[in-house]
Amino acid sequence: MEKNGHATFLDEVASIPACDKINECIQCGVCSGSCTTAEHWEHPPRKVIAMVRAGMKDELLKSNSVWFCVSCYLCTARCPRDIKPANIMHGLESIALREGYKPPTSTTTMYRTFADSIVQYGRVYEFGMMFTYFLKTNPLAALRMLPMALSLLTHRRMPLTPKKVKGKDELNTILNKLASGGGR
Amino acid sequence: MEATGAPVEESIKAIAKPLDIELLELEDWTCCGSSPFSGVNKVKAVGITARVLAQAEKTGLDLVTPCSSCYTILREADDLIKDDHKLAEKVREALYAVGLSYNGTVKVRHIIEVIYHDIGPDNLALKVVRPLTGLKVACYHGCQQVRPDYGLDDSELPDWIDSLAKSLGAEPVNFPLKARCCGSSLVISESDLALDLIHKLLQNALDNGAQCMISTTCPLCHTALDAYQMLVNSKFKAGFNMPIIAITQLIGIALGLDFKAAALGGNIISPKKLLDPYFKAKPLAAKVESVTS
Repeated sequence: MEKNGHATFLDEVASIPACDKINECIQCGVCSGSCTTAEHWEHPPRKVIAMVRAGMKDELLKSNSVWFCVSCYLCTARCPRDIKPANIMHGLESIALREGYKPPTSTTTMYRTFADSIVQYGRVYEFGMMFTYFLKTNPLAALRMLPMALSLLTHRRMPLTPKKVKGKDELNTILNKLASGGGR
Repeated sequence: MEATGAPVEESIKAIAKPLDIELLELEDWTCCGSSPFSGVNKVKAVGITARVLAQAEKTGLDLVTPCSSCYTILREADDLIKDDHKLAEKVREALYAVGLSYNGTVKVRHIIEVIYHDIGPDNLALKVVRPLTGLKVACYHGCQQVRPDYGLDDSELPDWIDSLAKSLGAEPVNFPLKARCCGSSLVISESDLALDLIHKLLQNALDNGAQCMISTTCPLCHTALDAYQMLVNSKFKAGFNMPIIAITQLIGIALGLDFKAAALGGNIISPKKLLDPYFKAKPLAAKVESVTS
């Protein structure tokens, strides 16, 4: 029995919105062949789906796979079974984050920082998000971004203060309500 | 949109009036969540997107976005709320807690689709006063704008932006990677991977003789190609200096707006030198009177 009351890892994945067609995969490999970044994945998309069905949860979620999905949806455009692999990858990311897996990529921190920024301000506060992200991961890596950030700043494309959005309180009530209602 | 995407936003506002499009900014809008929120929690992601849909429904108007990620996320949330009854019930309760409801009547549209369908290349051509004759352009459509299930145009080799650019007098070049991803969603956390993708796009455009890239209105694509070009140059020891002009900026130029009014001042790779001959040429009389004249 998996956490959250699901009988198998496969059931857990299939219960996430837009991931329910995973059982219809025929393992044709069009997703791996189409994937923009497949060469970086420890286990490419087709194999990811096979691993979910084989219950290889730890091995999959400890790896860098799924975190290199750039959401380009080329796999989803070409999938002959319409299983929406890109959505399954994001579903797997959410399980990995919730259950504390530590895959070897800082995209995990970037996603959390991005989502936190929305929760805190209602909209993404880009400067603050990048600042927090680099502080939490590798501040030295920010040096590489510096010329680009300065250029955005001088072109008035990188405000240093967040915008105040009234709707953020409403947004937080919605999120709390979904958390208490068993949403994940 | 209002920060790194400012040039695109300003260019859309600038061309709306001459194109007879009335734009109302959705009051008090919040972020759609994009892909990262789905990677954190899908149910919550649909919840925050639903707030935007509910706000839009109150206006009774179409919900138009220039961002390809917003477009895909909004369309998907709209479908999920309609098809997944369990999820719909959760979202309904959450919206109810803040006095909102969503009944599924909002039509989510991409600004490129509005320009392409509601105005069309032929009508656009009639309004051109500054034809961009001889300008060789690579038309970048990007990924999410053309992908299923909500994709506009062909998902492998789209040509809407090519048709629009052609109607302005420009010459689209062959650009095989026009619907490939720019990697912007990972440009901060996996920079090398994203810079590699941006490099491929720039090289492909250059190899096919493009003088500039005409990009979709997605602020993520535009920023990745424009602002991160200098990082591509350092990583690959390359000398790219390719202006990335959003199609809405190009329309502005062709409709007779000056450099500043077409919102070109915010572009990191300045298109000034490339466009100077066009700005200096005497504008033609439009074939039809625009509403402003």
